[in-house]
Amino acid sequence: MTETDFLSLTPLLIITIAPVVIMLIISIYRKYEIIFGFSLVSLLTAFVSLFIVQPLLPHRIDHLMVFDLYSLFFLGIIFFSAFLIMLLSHDYFKHLEGFREEYFIILFTATLGASLLAVANHFIIFFLGFELLSISLYILIAFQKKKDYPLEAGIKYLILASVSSAFLLFGMALIYTALGTMGFQGIADAISKMGVASPILVIGFGMMMVGIGFKLALAPFHMWTSDVYQGAPAPVSGYIATVSKGGVMAVFIRFFFDIKGFSNQDFFIVISAIAIFSMFVGNLLAIRQQNLKRLLGYSSIANMGYLIIILLIGNNDGARAAIFYMLSYFVTVIGAFGVISLLSTKNREAEKIEDFKGLFWKRPWIAIVLTLSLLSLAGIPLTAGFIAKFYVIFEGVKSGLMLLVFSMIINSVIGLYYYIRVIAVMFSTGEETTKLPSLSIIGNVALTMISISILILGVYPGWLIDMIMKLVAL
Amino acid sequence: MILIDLIIVLLIGAILAWITGKWNSVLPRIISLAALVVDLFLIIPEVVGAATNQTKWLVDIDLSWIPAFGINLHLALDGLSLMMLLLTFFMGIVSVIISWKEINKRVGFFHFNLLMTLTGVVGVFLSLDLFLFYFFWELMLVPLYFMIGIWGHKNSTAVAYKFFLYTQAGGLLMLISILALYFIHGQTTGVYTFDYLQLIGTKMPASVAFLLMLGFLAAFLVKLPMIPLHTWLTEVYSEAPTAVLLSALLLKTGAYGLFRFVVPLFPFAARSFAPVGMVLGVIAILYGAKLAFAQTDLKRLIAYISVSHVGFILLGIFAFNEIAYQGVVMQMLTQGISTGALLIMAEQLSERLHTRDINQMGGLWEKVPIMGTIGLIFTMASLGLPGFGNFIAELLVLLGVFKTNVTAAVLASLGLVAAAIYSLRILQKVFYGRKSKNWEIHDLSIREKLVAGSMIIIIVGMGLFPKPVLNIAKPVVLKSLNTQNDSAFLKSQESKTKVMAENTCFLKPLNR
Repeated sequence: MTETDFLSLTPLLIITIAPVVIMLIISIYRKYEIIFGFSLVSLLTAFVSLFIVQPLLPHRIDHLMVFDLYSLFFLGIIFFSAFLIMLLSHDYFKHLEGFREEYFIILFTATLGASLLAVANHFIIFFLGFELLSISLYILIAFQKKKDYPLEAGIKYLILASVSSAFLLFGMALIYTALGTMGFQGIADAISKMGVASPILVIGFGMMMVGIGFKLALAPFHMWTSDVYQGAPAPVSGYIATVSKGGVMAVFIRFFFDIKGFSNQDFFIVISAIAIFSMFVGNLLAIRQQNLKRLLGYSSIANMGYLIIILLIGNNDGARAAIFYMLSYFVTVIGAFGVISLLSTKNREAEKIEDFKGLFWKRPWIAIVLTLSLLSLAGIPLTAGFIAKFYVIFEGVKSGLMLLVFSMIINSVIGLYYYIRVIAVMFSTGEETTKLPSLSIIGNVALTMISISILILGVYPGWLIDMIMKLVAL
Repeated sequence: MILIDLIIVLLIGAILAWITGKWNSVLPRIISLAALVVDLFLIIPEVVGAATNQTKWLVDIDLSWIPAFGINLHLALDGLSLMMLLLTFFMGIVSVIISWKEINKRVGFFHFNLLMTLTGVVGVFLSLDLFLFYFFWELMLVPLYFMIGIWGHKNSTAVAYKFFLYTQAGGLLMLISILALYFIHGQTTGVYTFDYLQLIGTKMPASVAFLLMLGFLAAFLVKLPMIPLHTWLTEVYSEAPTAVLLSALLLKTGAYGLFRFVVPLFPFAARSFAPVGMVLGVIAILYGAKLAFAQTDLKRLIAYISVSHVGFILLGIFAFNEIAYQGVVMQMLTQGISTGALLIMAEQLSERLHTRDINQMGGLWEKVPIMGTIGLIFTMASLGLPGFGNFIAELLVLLGVFKTNVTAAVLASLGLVAAAIYSLRILQKVFYGRKSKNWEIHDLSIREKLVAGSMIIIIVGMGLFPKPVLNIAKPVVLKSLNTQNDSAFLKSQESKTKVMAENTCFLKPLNR
């Protein structure tokens, strides 16, 4: 490996070294605040290092990894989301009994997995990142082993995620059998030379799609979503909804753009079907939910449907719209899970919709953040979600994907229905005796950052769109 | 910059009202009143300009917003938007005053929502960028949703839902049309922009234009509301005491949208839709009147009166001539005020009597003579008696429609007869007739008299001196008609109607 290789790996190396250091610190002096502070600083350093390595781009490391503006941008999204989630976790885990410092170690390994996916250019790195992420997530979900739901959710996730990994791995193996290569470029070249796709290759791609579909929670591979979202600690659910999906999305976009999967007619139909199915399943199942975490779980299925369908455009414009959508969705959903985390106490999660009854009159600030998040999910002006939805419909109309546009519109209205329902509960008047925990400064900072991001993306998104246009060129 | 100031004043007022509402319940009221009065005074100097300047935009600002998509912060003021703004601020002030004592819960948040709704409405009336227009169009919904849901009567949450989903669905269909228009324009000219002035005259096949127009119609006709889509309106009126604002403004945004966007952007498609539009207008007038007659709930009754009046707007817009358009502009203003005044009266009655059932009222005149007088004046206004603005408006619309479609005009005139019946029924049931119960109620307070008095002055003023309004409206009316002036279609229409125009020469002074 050359010096440039090492230099361009800096962000990942920081994320790798940080958990090791944390382990050492824990073994010497176990103190929650120190670990928390160190983790924050490490993530920030990793984030800053992205700007430092930028001049070296684009750089490839032996066909395994690729560092270009695209992967750097995704690393930025992943680190930013992880940073916000870390801030929100502070209060949530602070009052937990037993060992809780280890949470940050696992958070780093999961983030490393997602980051590997963002830079992957070869099946081996793809799978490495995928597994690193999955295994870390098992632990994160079932971390509070004294409670029932987390354990149940952890086991569900473990079984289903292993099956999906198996699918992914088998799919990769079949593709290797058919083409004799595992690098993305090699596969792309081999496919373009081949002409008619062999059945083995088709099955291979199909199986990979199952694995990816599971991680992105696309229908019909969505069964785990709401259970896991409900069972996992709120910050971890937020993590699954954002960082984990962000990493998988990064590699999904890169891989299928490299192999020009979207120009394949059959693949186009399959993805359209999955996307439209996801939208309807997610939104329709969300309508009757009484649990906000489950509701967000179902709504994430629908949102992933919006996200992948826009990729069908198959050019940079589609990818840009998808990335803008993803970014705004991440900020928004972290806001929603953040509110749940901050309202949860040691003994119970604030997850029932009734828990939020009259919240606006008791805790206006925190209710505003949740309202902003929900309005953003529903795509109402002044919020990030409005511009994001507009961007996606914009690109959809531009490419004439009218089926996409109309199913998105129908689903927006359905989605509006259940988001508004939660808002209505928050604004309803009713005496509720539950004692709400007070907010710490860190929680407040995180909520402020989130609301400002939602508003800025909603009112003045021009700079970000320009940035995405500059950075994302596949 | 004055246009941006208008919006900023409202936004700052909204936030201040909310914040101060935590400590004091009077401050938010004062703040929102002050914000609206400041806006009113900011806009008044433009009225002078509007009377002299006949062609260009009075104020026009164009700033870059999201350059990647060709979206600009393009706000402009002309005669029509000027009058709409005056109406908006006036009705805003009225809403603040009438809710002064009535809204006691969560005053700060109420005024926040009120001012945010008005921000959206003002934005809609000023936007000349289609994206910006859509932005403001959607922006009004959430605060209104809260206003209906939180300060409504017991069933109001469900009503607020219905309102939200109806309008949102319509709005999204409009968004698709906006985007399609954007791309068609971009592909034919190479300029990708949401700018209204550039999008006018985009060339496209007639079938495409028709589809795109339907998208716009979906949004505007829901807001207007047109007959099959009107159910949210009646429910909102009966459940939400803040509905005055809705009647005056929300409906106007729909009519304004038809006027400003549908007709100029899709001149031919709109003309081919005209027969349907006119039929819908006539149905709204007659069916609305029939339903109004059948209601026993005072507020629902007024809601159907409003539906019936909106029929004239629809009818006038699809008549495509100057007289009808003058009438539409008048109708937008007068209907806002007269229906608004009736709703205020209904709310005052239902608040005093705790019922909206007109069968339980009766003989109230001797208890509340002043309220009765005011009720009498506004029912006379809304049934279109000469001397009130509504008369001028409806007369102009009917004259204009008569030029293009005699049958529609004749049928619509029947609506005036029906209006007399249902209006007199209100008076008969509420203020005259036998006393059904011995109600102990007090008459209007000074605050309420002030509001009613100023509304009377305006509606009578417009009835007796309609010329300033018509003068200000004239360049706008001509502009929106002239977008396809050179078309052979219009010429043939015009030669056909020339004979009739000569017969209506007594109206000439009005048009000048």
